[in-house]
Amino acid sequence: MSSIPDELSYTKEHEWVAGLDDGRTVTVGITAFAAEALGDVVFVQLPEAGSTVEAGDSIGEVESTKSVSEIYAPVGGEVTEVNQAVVDDPSLVNNDPYGEGWMFRVRLEGDPEDLLTAEEYGALTSGDS
Amino acid sequence: MSRPTPLRDVHESLGATLTDFAGWLMPLRYGSESAEHNAVRTAAGLFDLSHMGEIFLTGPQAGQALDYALVGHLSALAPGRARYTMIVGEDGGVLDDLIVYRLADERFMVVANASNYLLVARELAARAAGFDAVVDDQSEQWALIAVQGPRAQEILSSLTDADLPGLKYYAGLPGVVAGAQALIARTGYTGEDGFELFIANEDAAPLWQELVKAGEPYGLIPAGLSSRDTLRLEAGMPLYGNELSTALTPFDAGLGRVVKFDKPGDFVGRAALEAVKDDPPRRRLVGLVAHGRRVPRHGYPVTKDGAVVGEVTSGAPSQTLGKPIAMAYVDTGVTEGVAVDIRGSQEGMDLVALPFYKRSAHS
Repeated sequence: MSSIPDELSYTKEHEWVAGLDDGRTVTVGITAFAAEALGDVVFVQLPEAGSTVEAGDSIGEVESTKSVSEIYAPVGGEVTEVNQAVVDDPSLVNNDPYGEGWMFRVRLEGDPEDLLTAEEYGALTSGDS
Repeated sequence: MSRPTPLRDVHESLGATLTDFAGWLMPLRYGSESAEHNAVRTAAGLFDLSHMGEIFLTGPQAGQALDYALVGHLSALAPGRARYTMIVGEDGGVLDDLIVYRLADERFMVVANASNYLLVARELAARAAGFDAVVDDQSEQWALIAVQGPRAQEILSSLTDADLPGLKYYAGLPGVVAGAQALIARTGYTGEDGFELFIANEDAAPLWQELVKAGEPYGLIPAGLSSRDTLRLEAGMPLYGNELSTALTPFDAGLGRVVKFDKPGDFVGRAALEAVKDDPPRRRLVGLVAHGRRVPRHGYPVTKDGAVVGEVTSGAPSQTLGKPIAMAYVDTGVTEGVAVDIRGSQEGMDLVALPFYKRSAHS
């Protein structure tokens, strides 16, 4: 069973969102479940810092040996920072998906919708596996 | 519902990610597929290939039946030796690529791909009908375990008295491995030295455990289909369904050398293949090495100056080269300046001869 930290929010596209409680800038990455399903990640393409995204937009991609998946914006707003370390070393996504494998930060515009709790995401992924 | 191999419980206890492959539940990877790939290149990997088909032909005319059924000259094969060959339709299109072992004067084993073995067994039975030979599909009774990598011989020799140093590439001999009766073949699909062990289903799990125990000191680890695919891609080996299909003849695939027109008698597909053997192929199978880090994948168009000049058949990140690589059919005459359309973005590629990787000759 992949780890699903309680304090994070999640999307159906297997992304996590951190920092909703702290203010207006959130951090986004993909879940351990997604990283395990992908296998060894070899390439990460992220949105550009300064770009504006809408929730649900396809804004990047994650490639592994066997497959490629899109990264969707889980929330709308301005991308304030991207994690260059994960671009340079995509294995961070596998080794530390909730830590050093974070992908980008977004300054929220409006309130995020349709995010899942850890419990809801856990139910979703146990149905998938 | 996918069929399990006799090693399913072993794979699950190892925490393998299992996947459906050609109707079988197979290990995709156990941990990191990159680590599994590298283990095979530098030490050894252990593969469950029990999904492959084993079809036996037995009788005084078994060799002649295969000469008629396949494109190769199998009746000329010496007992104990093996040959890479193909079965084609009347139109010359490839139905499967095969390895045929001559086990004895009047006994052959045809190893077919999991996705095709039912068709191959059916075709062999039909094509052998006029010959004094019995076709017996024993695919469900046989397991297949491969030990692949530069340390494979050392590992296997600790479990058998069989003459492994005397066993040539593309040869097989019966032997006892860790108490199990096996056909020991020096074949593989990784570009490394290695062995394939054909054994009875019930011997598979104990033999696997013995091989793991014997191999661990040498760096052997279990390896899944994901690494098998990247290993064979680096070695430039075709995969049926990617580089080979019913729409292509062996000549289209650059493998016309497997077609033996000078063998005695007719064979299925001869007329169609005779007609095209001297045609200049419209496309040829080449290697691509990406300039960037995005991976060209099966089905992506190959382009030059915006025009489509080919199609990727297989692609993956290469551990050995440190770059994405691919095999592709590209228009004859196009030798440079190509790109692959990766989801709308034209990614530059070097066009190279296959294979990408060749092991250094072993001493």
